[in-house]
Amino acid sequence: MKGFVGIDLGSTTTKAIIADADGIVLGRGITNSRSNYQHAAAISTEEARIEARFAMLRRALLQAGGANELHEKLFVALQHRFRLEQNIAQLDRLAELAVAETHAATFHAHNGRFTTRVAEIFSEMRRRALSPLAPARPSEFFRDDAISQFSTLAIAGADAAISFETLMGIFDKAIVAIEGERLDLTFEGHIHRSIEAVANSFGRNAAAELSRAAEAALAEPLEINATICTGYGRQRLPFPKEQIRSEILCHGQGAHALFPDTRTVLDIGGQDTKAIQVDENGIVTSFQMNDRCAAGCGRYLGYIADEMSLGIHELGPLADTSTRRVKITSTCTVFAGAELRDRLTLGQKREDILAGMHRAMVLRSMALLARSGGIRNEFTFTGGVAKNVAAVRALRALVAENYGERTINISPDSIYTGALGAALFAVRT
Amino acid sequence: MNKGVRKEPSMVKQKELIANHFTRLSKARALGKKVVYTFVPGNLTELLAAFDVLPVLPEINALQSGMRKLSARYIAEAERAGHSEDVCTYVKCDIGMGMTGNVGPTGEPLPEPDLLLLSYTGCFVFMKWFELLRERYKCPVAMLHVPYQGEGVVTPEMTAYVVEQLKTEVIPKLEAVTGRRYDEARLRAALALSAKAEDDFVWVLDSAKNRPSPIDAYFGGVYYIGPIFTAFRGTAEGADYYATLRREVEERLAAGESPLTPEGQMGREKYRLVVEGPPNWTSFREFWKMFYDEGAVVVASTYTKVGGLYDQGFRHNPERPLETLAEYCMGCYTNLNLPSRTALIEKYVRDFHADGFLFNSVKSCNSFSAGQLLMLREIEKRTGVPGGFIESDLVDPRYFSEANIKNRIESYLQMIEQKRRGTTEFREQSAESPAVSRRERNGEPDGDGGRTPPIPPKHGGFREPT
Amino acid sequence: MTLAAVIAEIEKLYFDIDLDAVAAWKARTHQKAIGTLPVYVPREIVTAAEMLPVGLMGAGAQIEIIRGDAYFQSYICQLPRSTIELALTKRLAVLDGFLFPSTCDVIRNLSGMWQLLFPDTFVRYLDLPQASGAVAARYHRRDLEKLARELGDLSGHPVTNASLASAIARHNKNRAVLDRIYELRAKAPWTFPTREVYLLLRAANLLDVDDHTRLVERYIAAATRENRPVRDHTRVVVVGAFCEQPPLELIQTLEAAGCYIVDDDWVLGPRWLQGPVAPGADALQALANAYLAQSVASPLKFEPGIRKGDALVETVRARRAEGVIFCAPSFCDPALLEQPMLEAALARAGIPSTAFKYAENLGQFQVIREQAGTFSDSIRLWGAA
Repeated sequence: MKGFVGIDLGSTTTKAIIADADGIVLGRGITNSRSNYQHAAAISTEEARIEARFAMLRRALLQAGGANELHEKLFVALQHRFRLEQNIAQLDRLAELAVAETHAATFHAHNGRFTTRVAEIFSEMRRRALSPLAPARPSEFFRDDAISQFSTLAIAGADAAISFETLMGIFDKAIVAIEGERLDLTFEGHIHRSIEAVANSFGRNAAAELSRAAEAALAEPLEINATICTGYGRQRLPFPKEQIRSEILCHGQGAHALFPDTRTVLDIGGQDTKAIQVDENGIVTSFQMNDRCAAGCGRYLGYIADEMSLGIHELGPLADTSTRRVKITSTCTVFAGAELRDRLTLGQKREDILAGMHRAMVLRSMALLARSGGIRNEFTFTGGVAKNVAAVRALRALVAENYGERTINISPDSIYTGALGAALFAVRT
Repeated sequence: MNKGVRKEPSMVKQKELIANHFTRLSKARALGKKVVYTFVPGNLTELLAAFDVLPVLPEINALQSGMRKLSARYIAEAERAGHSEDVCTYVKCDIGMGMTGNVGPTGEPLPEPDLLLLSYTGCFVFMKWFELLRERYKCPVAMLHVPYQGEGVVTPEMTAYVVEQLKTEVIPKLEAVTGRRYDEARLRAALALSAKAEDDFVWVLDSAKNRPSPIDAYFGGVYYIGPIFTAFRGTAEGADYYATLRREVEERLAAGESPLTPEGQMGREKYRLVVEGPPNWTSFREFWKMFYDEGAVVVASTYTKVGGLYDQGFRHNPERPLETLAEYCMGCYTNLNLPSRTALIEKYVRDFHADGFLFNSVKSCNSFSAGQLLMLREIEKRTGVPGGFIESDLVDPRYFSEANIKNRIESYLQMIEQKRRGTTEFREQSAESPAVSRRERNGEPDGDGGRTPPIPPKHGGFREPT
Repeated sequence: MTLAAVIAEIEKLYFDIDLDAVAAWKARTHQKAIGTLPVYVPREIVTAAEMLPVGLMGAGAQIEIIRGDAYFQSYICQLPRSTIELALTKRLAVLDGFLFPSTCDVIRNLSGMWQLLFPDTFVRYLDLPQASGAVAARYHRRDLEKLARELGDLSGHPVTNASLASAIARHNKNRAVLDRIYELRAKAPWTFPTREVYLLLRAANLLDVDDHTRLVERYIAAATRENRPVRDHTRVVVVGAFCEQPPLELIQTLEAAGCYIVDDDWVLGPRWLQGPVAPGADALQALANAYLAQSVASPLKFEPGIRKGDALVETVRARRAEGVIFCAPSFCDPALLEQPMLEAALARAGIPSTAFKYAENLGQFQVIREQAGTFSDSIRLWGAA
């Protein structure tokens, strides 16, 4: 099978899509963008490839025995186990690196004790990961999970001789090292052991069936025919120019693919906001981006979250509980914190201020939309801020106030819009 | 891109002219010459030459400082002295340069003014600028109020008003400063030379109507306007420069050559653009490169009209010396109202067969920038050609975000390309929306109005394969 | 009329962004109304054409700006955004024409935007002369004559020498009462709080000139009867706010922070000409001459032979002010370019000053309150900032 890859390198996450020659999505992948964009592109593409392989495996399963409840369970269990295998592989390598770190000269006086303590912590992490109660997490979260578990265990494991800070220092070095490596996390590398493990709970027959399906999936070659790259990081991409497309075009094309009747796209990301008009073929007819000023971008919410010591994902739900929205006129990121403090001193409620701030932010996008030509028809909202309930509520209200009733599309997969557009460009090259 | 970097005689000549001007300015005092500071739009170069005074153009100093990467320091200096970060950076660059010795490109200080000729044409900031210089130099100011073309026309009353001011304000002050009498014969001779240079200059600008265009009318254009917008209009050297330039462009045109860039001859002409607004000077080369690397050539620009709309027919006329100066001042691009500016860009888009038009909106210059977004929309509506919008500044490097601007220019050019090919390639390939309509193609029921996202949920539940 | 009734009236007018008062005037008089942008326009000619000059000064923080932002980059001041927003939301529909004076590049370009956006509306850009002497007087008179003819055509009431002379007399009276309240406030700022004086000035934007004159007279009478406490405040002059207006809350904040404002340049249009316009045989020439000879010192008009800041120092002394607050809108070219020259003049004269910027839709005043309070305290405690 021929695969066509689209990669969207964002400021926070990198997304990849593999599509077939007809533009049908085979798989998707997402990872944190790191300082090394090439690495992030490779990892997200590998993730997409794995998803594509699973799709093929499932197809083989279905062809073998038709859809049934057992197959469904088997498949879910296999995916779960596969994630676990990937995690264990990463964890084991991380443990190796961390232990090696304890041999460094700095710890000479105590190195034996450090080595033992670090090994104990990783052994506990491995035990917990293998527990039947452990949730299956895709490997994009490996770093976050490892940090949180290690630090919890390190707090418990620290003593007068072995300080928490030193343990974390060892861990940090190891995690930096592992992120610089290309660990084998491929479908091919882990599927067989995953099947073995699943066989323990579902029996030999199931294992055999899964094995056949896996072989069938692997028998079909998945070659990448073309890759197109887009996104915030594209200025620094190690891709040749012919393989790079503007994110504006990719977003337009992606939104069109998701919602073919879309004529207007609004993308609010962390760093910038884009208002795009497309025609009936998804071809961009005009666009506007925010200027140098970051007012009205996701970054604005970031400042507010920091000021409130909240996670950025907590802002929307909190704002959504507001009953008396405060009127906020400025969305200057520089003054966001000061404004918030001022208003809290005045006795205004957090949720009411937040609701005002969400509306003020969306107001900026409305201006950009108007600048690009307004909302004439069906409208699609994408980007990280499209996941924020309060922002969506404010947007719906403002669209209705200014343009009347309009269909507003928000896909739960909107984060992939740019990558999808890029993949469709890859199909066309 | 042809990497052979070519220097043509006109370029050498242009460089020499400008360098010589700064040299003679640095020696003005020794030579006993009087010095008048004035502005490019609506400059009265021929009249100044008739009094044998040397002009200093502070905007040119500021843009030169920008190109020599000195402006950031000068602006910081002015802001430290209390100038707002919100206002024109030409002014602050000039003020900062003055505060640090007023050293010109020759490395020697520019002479102080004997007179500030405030012929303020289309820019209110000019007035504040010279008020600031008046405080510093404590020298006389000749105010020349150039009425704005608010209704899109120059009336005989407006011309009479400017001529009267020339007679009662500007000329008497020049006479007082120089101790010379106004010499109309000398003015007429200069105006005749101006008209000659203007003919050749217009021919060069018009050459961009050809495909490929032999010139870049914005990035190359700013070099072409140098002599005629500054001290060399109405001089033999100026006329000679434009004759040389014209010959070269004639040759390039005959050879079917595309414009010259700092990296040699430009590659294939892929996009023809009209540009509105001044360029950014601090990253001028980088800015230009964003265009020629993509095969984009600017075929017409409004910035090259701030010192006169010669291409629309204006010529200095030695028969009516003061009237012609008055009409010249009022006819500069900066003195046109928004409907006239809009109509001019629309005309350029049509006359030069442009694929697009791009606004470089500069933070410093409200005279240019206020209203540009409406102009853009209006021109799109009238021509059906897509407009692009980028934001930067004249000489403040803090407002030139290279990644952002490159992103916008590339997106814009790719949009033009996609639109151009869209009707053929895209429609063929996406007769149906590719990612979505597989099921419809297979005649399967379409339960959700064809709006099923092509992306399956993340875990399990993949869409039925075929 | 009680003080409370006057205040209720002027508050209502301040918040009347839908121009209900103008609609009522039109219904009553069956005449037309002309919107005028800041700062100076010869309202006398509009009055002489039997139309109502309506001062447009943005929308403060009263409306959300959506369309307006679509027309302007982030580095342009707020007033044109809200003005466009008001127009596009049909709030200016009651107006029959618009006058745009040559205040700055932004207001001038706004006139062109109006020409493009509303091609069927009467739009006139008024290029006020920067030249001086007889040449400028002749030119300006010709320009005013043209304006008078156009306005007369629009209203159906040709402007005659007699009608203009009468309008000048009516506006002279208005100028006189406005002068008077500024004099009175400077003497007893506790009797005439800044908020009230400001609202009274703003009322001039919407009221017929005679109605406004009467309202000011009533206010003076009513306020004088009040016995308001004298506070230990610092006397300051505020400059820079001649076009885009500070939010009402900001004005109150300054006073609450311990500053008595004894002179200012807000709502400057009706107070632009200093003293009465001398009636002459030729009313148009009288008006033209007044612009050339009686304009208030401001960043908008070129003054040959005058040192920048001299007028401000004189005002500070005449009003017995102790300091100056520079309070200019963000991105305001004329105010911000003028400011360093004024600051230098104050420094030469030993007058303390402080400076901040605002936008008409500013929503937070804590920082300004702190700054103004500190400024006021430092003057009172140590006699200098």
